[in-house]
Amino acid sequence: MTLQDTTAETTGVGSARPARDALVEIRRVRKSFGAHQVLRDVSLAVPAGTVTVLLGPSGSGKSTLLRCVNHLETIDGGRILVDGDLIGYRQVGSKTHEMSPRQIAKQRRNIGMVFQRFNLFPHMTALDNVCEAPIGVAGRSKARARERARELLGRVGLADFAGHYPAQLSGGQQQRVAIARALAMDPKLMLFDEPTSALDPELVGDVLDVMRALADDGMTMIVVTHEIGFARGVADQVAFMDGGVIVEAGPAEEVIDRPRRQRTRNFLESVR
Amino acid sequence: MSAPVSALEGAAIPALSNEDDVEAIPLRRPWRWISAVVVLLVLAAVVYVIATNPNLDFGTVGHFLFDQRILEGVWLTIVITVISMAVSTLLAIVIAAMRLASNPVLSSVAWLYVWAFRGTPVLVQIVLWGYLGLLFDRIVLGVPFTEVVFWSVETNSLVTPFIAGLLALTLNQAAYSSEIVRAGMMSVDDGQREAAYSLGMAPLYTFRRVLLPQAMRVIIPPMGNELISMLKNTSLLSVIAVMELYTQASVISSSNLKQVELLIVVSAWYLFMTSVLSIPQYYLERRYGRGASRALPPTPFQRVRAMVDSRRPGPEPAPATTKVEVVEK
Repeated sequence: MTLQDTTAETTGVGSARPARDALVEIRRVRKSFGAHQVLRDVSLAVPAGTVTVLLGPSGSGKSTLLRCVNHLETIDGGRILVDGDLIGYRQVGSKTHEMSPRQIAKQRRNIGMVFQRFNLFPHMTALDNVCEAPIGVAGRSKARARERARELLGRVGLADFAGHYPAQLSGGQQQRVAIARALAMDPKLMLFDEPTSALDPELVGDVLDVMRALADDGMTMIVVTHEIGFARGVADQVAFMDGGVIVEAGPAEEVIDRPRRQRTRNFLESVR
Repeated sequence: MSAPVSALEGAAIPALSNEDDVEAIPLRRPWRWISAVVVLLVLAAVVYVIATNPNLDFGTVGHFLFDQRILEGVWLTIVITVISMAVSTLLAIVIAAMRLASNPVLSSVAWLYVWAFRGTPVLVQIVLWGYLGLLFDRIVLGVPFTEVVFWSVETNSLVTPFIAGLLALTLNQAAYSSEIVRAGMMSVDDGQREAAYSLGMAPLYTFRRVLLPQAMRVIIPPMGNELISMLKNTSLLSVIAVMELYTQASVISSSNLKQVELLIVVSAWYLFMTSVLSIPQYYLERRYGRGASRALPPTPFQRVRAMVDSRRPGPEPAPATTKVEVVEK
């Protein structure tokens, strides 16, 4: 009953102002699938304009953490803030209440995501894949959306493939269309969930090149990957996860070349 | 051309001779020809027996094929089929969406609907709707449990046999179609929903623009089947005296006693209509097949041409491929 009255002030309560330069703040996030605890009190800050790579063995919770940032997964406790906005929930006192699907959809417009299996819409051409959300969700004019989509496809090296359906493209090309599709909504933040794991080895390079260029342009990115070379070359920050906790986090060269924890060392040995 | 080719230096190719330059002939299949002849003979025998039957009056068949009453029946059959199929498909999408919803009230209601309408014979449902007037003599729009009445009408003047037939066929078909739509929706990979959500699409928009068009590819072939069943099921409406094709024919044959001749007329019309109906299905399948494979299936015309071509023994033409790999830098 009292919920309606308090909504007005929740924004004030919800956004305990983040440190000025942190675009993403993950604070004490907990998450279980049934009895299995996937995330145990995970906290992490991602400064604006930087790249954070999440490393870790499969089942360590890194993909789940990434999917919580745009609320593809609900959380059991803790808070995730993107640009000062509490994601997926409204805070009332010491509790958070899940938002309606419409409100969550609105928040997701600012957060692009790229999936391991590309997930392009198979019934649309590459161009229509990129245009669909800008036209249908952001309400941009068809002409403008198309022009921008062509520009983005050019940026990922696929200017000549606008009319192709996903089934007519290689995995690497599909993933680059998927990146263009996410960028078309002009997100503040890009999430990459193992973007090269489903690709043939010779196609990985093209996708990583596009991601590197994106990082150079100052896009804030969180990347789950097993590409240690990419992490060392591009990441500003690397967080190593195992068993639902962040075992260690810090500048890439420190975590990868001089890991302090034995678990991190073991993992890096195994993927090298 | 057939001159011996010398092995390339150092390569693992043996010395080649004229004997290697031979043509490969596919397996001959004489049984196809023999079975075709047998089938044609049987067919000819059947046609002969029917054509020479003295009890069959082909003049009557020809006379009634384009009789005014038969044509009216054909028209009504088409009208009922189109309306029932269109309305039931819309209803089926709603019921399927309800059934798949996480809301337990909605999914239970959808389950109950399908259970009731699929679990009783359509003939029984038709008669029940026809007898609606026996159950409720007036249809009243008002506030339940009070005396307030906005609008009231006698049941038999609102629910004519035509309306009762439409209701029965539509509601029954919606139950079957909703299961087809549901199967189609479940065939779409869950990653599609996640991708749509991650772009900021709301659930309804995702359903309409992303999930349903992909489900259509799975939905259309069985729906084509349902459309043809629906066309033929309209003949069941003869039990509540809807004057569609079959009812018209039985009215005529009950006066001239040419039952078999009129059944032939009716069958000819049903065959003609179902044949015509399979054409739009084909083109719908092609439309929703976009992007599903590298090359679209051939049109019937292209297929006939391919069949004529394939009588010459030889390899099938390779499927068209447009897959191109760009090499940058």
